[in-house]
Amino acid sequence: MLKVERLTKMFGGLAAVNDVSVEFETGKINAIIGPNGAGKSTFFNLISGLHQPTSGRILLDGVDVTHLPSDKVAMLGVGRTFQTTNLFEQATVLDNLIVGHRLRTRSGLWDVLINSKRLQREEKAARDKAQEALEFVELGHVAGQFIADITQEERKRVAFALALATDPKIVLLDEPAAGVNPEETASFARLMRKMVDKGLTVCLIEHKMDMIMNLADKIMVLDHGEKIAEGTPEEIRNNPVVIEAYLGGGEDAAA
Amino acid sequence: MKPGAKLAMLAFALVFPFLASNEYQVYVMASAFVWAIAVYGLNIITGYCGQLNLAHGGFFAIGAYTLGLLTADAGWGFWPALLGALLMTAVLGFLVGIVSLRLKEHYFAIFTLCVGFIIYLLIDKWEELTHGAIGVRDIAAPYGFGLVDFTDTTPFYYLVLAFLVFAIWFMGRLSRSLLGRTFIAIRNGDELAQSLGINLMRNKLLAFVLSTTYAGLAGALYAGMVRIIGPEEANINHTFDMITYLLVGGIGTLTGPLLGTVGIVWITQSLQFLEEYRMIIFGPLLVLLVIFAPRGISGSFLSWMHHKAQSLAPGKKQAQSKVTAAKQAGEAENNA
Repeated sequence: MLKVERLTKMFGGLAAVNDVSVEFETGKINAIIGPNGAGKSTFFNLISGLHQPTSGRILLDGVDVTHLPSDKVAMLGVGRTFQTTNLFEQATVLDNLIVGHRLRTRSGLWDVLINSKRLQREEKAARDKAQEALEFVELGHVAGQFIADITQEERKRVAFALALATDPKIVLLDEPAAGVNPEETASFARLMRKMVDKGLTVCLIEHKMDMIMNLADKIMVLDHGEKIAEGTPEEIRNNPVVIEAYLGGGEDAAA
Repeated sequence: MKPGAKLAMLAFALVFPFLASNEYQVYVMASAFVWAIAVYGLNIITGYCGQLNLAHGGFFAIGAYTLGLLTADAGWGFWPALLGALLMTAVLGFLVGIVSLRLKEHYFAIFTLCVGFIIYLLIDKWEELTHGAIGVRDIAAPYGFGLVDFTDTTPFYYLVLAFLVFAIWFMGRLSRSLLGRTFIAIRNGDELAQSLGINLMRNKLLAFVLSTTYAGLAGALYAGMVRIIGPEEANINHTFDMITYLLVGGIGTLTGPLLGTVGIVWITQSLQFLEEYRMIIFGPLLVLLVIFAPRGISGSFLSWMHHKAQSLAPGKKQAQSKVTAAKQAGEAENNA
């Protein structure tokens, strides 16, 4: 599904992502872990087109998307969330989600001026899609509330719904469970499983090890921009290189 | 807004010339409406799309000068010159936008501040074209096709009102459409909007051209109303005035530009007798508003209405959220 070949991103003289190759399989939950500053978010930004890689290739279902801008990447089916999501606080949850489906519509200024059939049809489709995404993340009951009035956990779910409304094939979730309590974390894990059951490929960055070890089908470990390990949770747990990176390798950690 | 409130406002605007005690009041209201049209334009790019455009007054002046020069020097009639002014501000908006919108946030604001000043300098110094400090005289009033005389204040008032109603109607339709939602998504954040598949440049440029065209329309109507214009029309103070109207009325709202503009124009008028000292009253009023109603008149009103509507149905909401919480807790236990 998503194939990354020898991806490198240099910021000045520093390699934020260094020669990383990996393949994310369809219908799996792929996790990326690593210490702070390991280049995980940069890796996501490269895939979603927010940053242009210095070298390497990114293939989505065999199509080269390496140098596409992020709006084009989104059209091809890569949805993503951010660690923080700015939404329109003084508008309802549903209103905030309708724009998620905008990329699948074509209405322009002229359609607005004459209130064309196409615009009406597309607005209904976008609204239905928003409602559907909201039901999917189990937030149907807050559709009419202002974003400013919902909880932190609900905001995170709204961010998922926004990504889902774009009709993605793969979703990149950047620390979805950061700052939520253990029960909520468990319910987020179920939600991700539900996404995969629906046919999506999920790729997430996460620091909560318990969650990752129970949830992920496959884990990639980044450290100092390099891939130091890859495998099933069981393999990662027993990998000495990973243990060293996490529990302090001291001087030779950079090697 | 409720249709009743809309109709009441429209009805008030329609009978206003009969309620006014003199022609001057009608004139003040007409000029407030002209400014309101320009502020609606600013609301598109700054309120909905989130890009602080400080060249807005410059485009207002370009609209005024295009109409003025086309009628006074080139001998065009008002109506073709109005079309010319719209076209000119749209084309120049496109050209300025395509360069300036490559910049983000403060850099965009600073760049457009400079653009606004360059427009002022061009108007002031390019004497062969603009007559420099002398300004443009003998600007044609709108041609009434033998039916009405738009050099009279009251017919002109109704003409401006018609344009204002159209401007607001279009803004309402835009703000509720997918296109308006696209602009709001850009305001929420460039990166998030892009990750939703929104082409930033194309949409920002569209918002910018729409806003400069609104400014051009307002400028052209202004020129047709005052009939004499000078380089001061491009003064940066006009831009800051418009930003004040927008903030007071409610940025990013549909009624805000109208309420803010009309409100401040009348407050300024009624404090006119204090001359320069009127700022002693006006300043603190503004400060109080920013402290207690940071989202402006319309924005604060809308929040208040929403929360009132929500609190009317508290039982239902609480019951529902309790059920959900219980359900989630139960499922979490099952999971663990």
